[in-house]
Amino acid sequence: MKELLKVKDLVIHYQTDDGLVEALNGVSLSIGEGETLGLVGETGAGKTTLAKGIMRLIPNPPGKIKEGEIFYDGKDLLALGDIEMQDIRGGHISMIFQDPMTSLNPVMTVGDQIMEVIQKHNNISKQEAYQKAGEMLELVGIVKERANDYPHQFSGGMKQRVIIAIALACNPKLLIADEPTTALDVTIQAQVLEMINRLKKKLNTSMLLITHDLGVVAQNCDHVAIIYAGEIVEYGDLQQVFKNTQHPYTEGLFGSIPSLAANVKRLQPVEGLMPDPTDLPEGCKFHTRCKYVQDICKKNVPPLIDIGEGHLVRCVRCQKQ
Amino acid sequence: MTDAKNEILRVEGLKKYFGSSGAVLHAVDDVNFSINEGATLGVVGESGCGKSTMGRTILRLHEPTEGKVFFKGENIVDYDKKQMKALRKEMQIIFQDPFASLNPRMSISETIIEPLIIQGVYDKKDKAGLQKRVRELMDLVGLAERLINTYPHELDGGRRQRIGIARALALNPKFIVCDEPVSALDVSIQAQILNLMQDLQDELGLTYMFITHDLSVVKHFANDIAVMYLGQLVEKAPAELLFKNPLHPYTKALLSAIPVPDPDYKMERILLQGEITSPINPEPGCRFAKRCPLATAECSGQDLVLREVEPEHFVTCRLVQ
Amino acid sequence: MANLEKTASEQNSNISTKKQRSLWQEAWRRFKKNKLAMAGMGFIMFLIVIAIGTIIVDLVTNKSFYDAYVIKLDLRNRLEPPSSAHIFGLDEFGRDMFLRMIWAIRYSLFMGTIAIVISTIVGGVLGAVAGFYGKLTDNVIMRFMDILLAIPSMLLAIAIVAAMGTSITNVLIAIAISYVPTFARTVRASVLTIKDQEFIEAARAVGASDTRIIFKYIIPNSLAPIIVQATLGVAGAILSIAGLSFLGLGIQPPTPEWGAMLSNARTYIRDAWHITVIPGMGIMLTILAINVVGDGLRDALDPRLKS
Repeated sequence: MKELLKVKDLVIHYQTDDGLVEALNGVSLSIGEGETLGLVGETGAGKTTLAKGIMRLIPNPPGKIKEGEIFYDGKDLLALGDIEMQDIRGGHISMIFQDPMTSLNPVMTVGDQIMEVIQKHNNISKQEAYQKAGEMLELVGIVKERANDYPHQFSGGMKQRVIIAIALACNPKLLIADEPTTALDVTIQAQVLEMINRLKKKLNTSMLLITHDLGVVAQNCDHVAIIYAGEIVEYGDLQQVFKNTQHPYTEGLFGSIPSLAANVKRLQPVEGLMPDPTDLPEGCKFHTRCKYVQDICKKNVPPLIDIGEGHLVRCVRCQKQ
Repeated sequence: MTDAKNEILRVEGLKKYFGSSGAVLHAVDDVNFSINEGATLGVVGESGCGKSTMGRTILRLHEPTEGKVFFKGENIVDYDKKQMKALRKEMQIIFQDPFASLNPRMSISETIIEPLIIQGVYDKKDKAGLQKRVRELMDLVGLAERLINTYPHELDGGRRQRIGIARALALNPKFIVCDEPVSALDVSIQAQILNLMQDLQDELGLTYMFITHDLSVVKHFANDIAVMYLGQLVEKAPAELLFKNPLHPYTKALLSAIPVPDPDYKMERILLQGEITSPINPEPGCRFAKRCPLATAECSGQDLVLREVEPEHFVTCRLVQ
Repeated sequence: MANLEKTASEQNSNISTKKQRSLWQEAWRRFKKNKLAMAGMGFIMFLIVIAIGTIIVDLVTNKSFYDAYVIKLDLRNRLEPPSSAHIFGLDEFGRDMFLRMIWAIRYSLFMGTIAIVISTIVGGVLGAVAGFYGKLTDNVIMRFMDILLAIPSMLLAIAIVAAMGTSITNVLIAIAISYVPTFARTVRASVLTIKDQEFIEAARAVGASDTRIIFKYIIPNSLAPIIVQATLGVAGAILSIAGLSFLGLGIQPPTPEWGAMLSNARTYIRDAWHITVIPGMGIMLTILAINVVGDGLRDALDPRLKS
């Protein structure tokens, strides 16, 4: 598989009133062509910061990309000028946001909003753009006659479809979906995910799917990265991470989900809370909540180790083996 | 339906309509059920199905349009203001959004003290007594004592939800409506709160009406589960039975839509067409007929009621034998 | 029982121990960071101190200082430009401009503030009642406010003063009334947003009465926009007082007042620049300072900036 996106040691910090927020602390990952990578973490883990970092949408100030490299198709995104970056956004990399209610412009028809993207990235006439916008709507399961409707005339699930249509309008090679179905009901979530998957296969798009729901990952991704306090703590393919869970945090996440299949009477959650990003603990960032904590965890940041066939784990317990 | 002796709450023909002449929104439309003391009834449905309105109407935070609510054998719909205020000691509510449900201008102790003063359990000047009760309650819900003077904005979602629970418990209620108490929280925190609520139920003998959109959350928790669609209960059964043998097509679709966190688990998805229809002036007949894969012409025209198809298993669908 | 969760949350909660600030303290901390607003605040404080000083002088000397220096005529040296003896020069009747400027502060600043306090309370109560009870109450109150709003506030004030006679109290009442609708609207809008929040429902669920909900829940939460609106309102009220005085309907001569001073001086604008520029600058700087403070407050109190 050809590598499409490569992020290397990305460090992003925010300077706020309450101190320096260490949102991302050296994240590396790569996504191959046509691959879907699931990025799983809780609020404040740095998921959205990573997505915005790749799109270079980190507001500066207060945010700053301190270190690291982002290569898209061999190009160093951090070295590009603003104009070139605009061309990448929407044209090559698209993003879907969590809240379908606020991501659309309420005073523009959905057709116009799709056309806007198409005309920005392709040199075609208004007529052709309108034609294409209609096609995109049909693709996401909305009749093209509704192109002249305004966002408030659509329901939540339909709005999310429109947003997906906008994101896919210019055949991007990479789609970054930031919790695309969190705001939707389960039956609608099932519809939308099914549709994203179908389109992804059809257009051979790669995807970075950001979510907190391990169920969504299991049903939609090829690889999965678990992120905690701005670091990737476990990475691998679905079988490796779901069937051979190594990191205690990942273990805790699984223990927290009420499972439909198994008959559990009591959940086994991760204890405690996410550490304050302005005041991260020394050593392994998870040691304050870890049930296997040893003295060494409090001093040294464990490296991400390959425990076999690309299954990466950031934990001293794996180091010994 | 159940043994009348330890039944704590019974709802008969409860209706809540909003709006008047012309467009009437049938938020809750002829709902009947009962809950036994110390049990948990899970109410499951998608956004807009009226489950929150139902919870609030039972507590008379909304005035019911029609119907009776029996609490410990007395119809509380007839209660006057004074009786209602006294009753509030026994029935409480925990809200979904732990931020919006706390007054931002009140510290933790002020928030927890509020019900005690309003109900006259303690005198306003009895500082020592109040402080003692606040500490007791904070201990009960797992909040560290030194947080006593903090404000909601300084705390994370999980802690805020614990304050909400402490406030609800302050008056030693018997019955608590839990309106999506964990859906705004991160998975690991969600599990912590669910465990806490389970412990509290065991310790204090509470009765819960647990409203949620997520079937998996109530599975290991609820004794009975009622599935709600457009203001009506469409299926009600003991939890295990419902998961083992769902009968209503909507329940089936809902169950199949939940993404299972296991990459090897391939369930056949029942993808529903369209979205929840409008609850404004609904036509008589099965409310689910428009999205139902099995619907026939006979499904519309006549309103359906819950009927017992096997012991303790109630369903409205006329196609179920 | 809940021990597991408790120990867990205690271990990791050293975060919130260090800061236990109420929202007001937090707002003040943000406000302090705004240099411009702090400068405006400093200027207003400076004016207040001087104004209080002049009031004390009046009380101590039983107005003899006022009679001897502030309103004393010296027609021979009229319109004398600023000099070391009279740093702001002399006015058209040879009175010391500096003394008149500082004696006038109380009318602008204090009367403006009092007028706004009155209209905030009246408008606030009306708006809160309208927003909280809705329906007919809301309609009656707000339509009445609309009628008041339909009359230009300056015209309304002129009409009131003309009808009731020119006196300081009447000017105050006139200005207070003309600002009532603005506050009623602001308060109503914020009550409407707060009323539907879940914490109000939570209060109802524990049996809180309407009065308790209004005073303990709604008002403290709608205070921020009211404070901002009131601060900016003071600036407007000062302008209105100056405007009324300029038209001869406000403070009467020989009592010094910036608007009246400006009005009397305009005949001499070609001969003596200082007697128009100085009161003009006084009004301008004060308004500017108040507006800067108002903007600073808005930024500091806006909960949207707070995550």
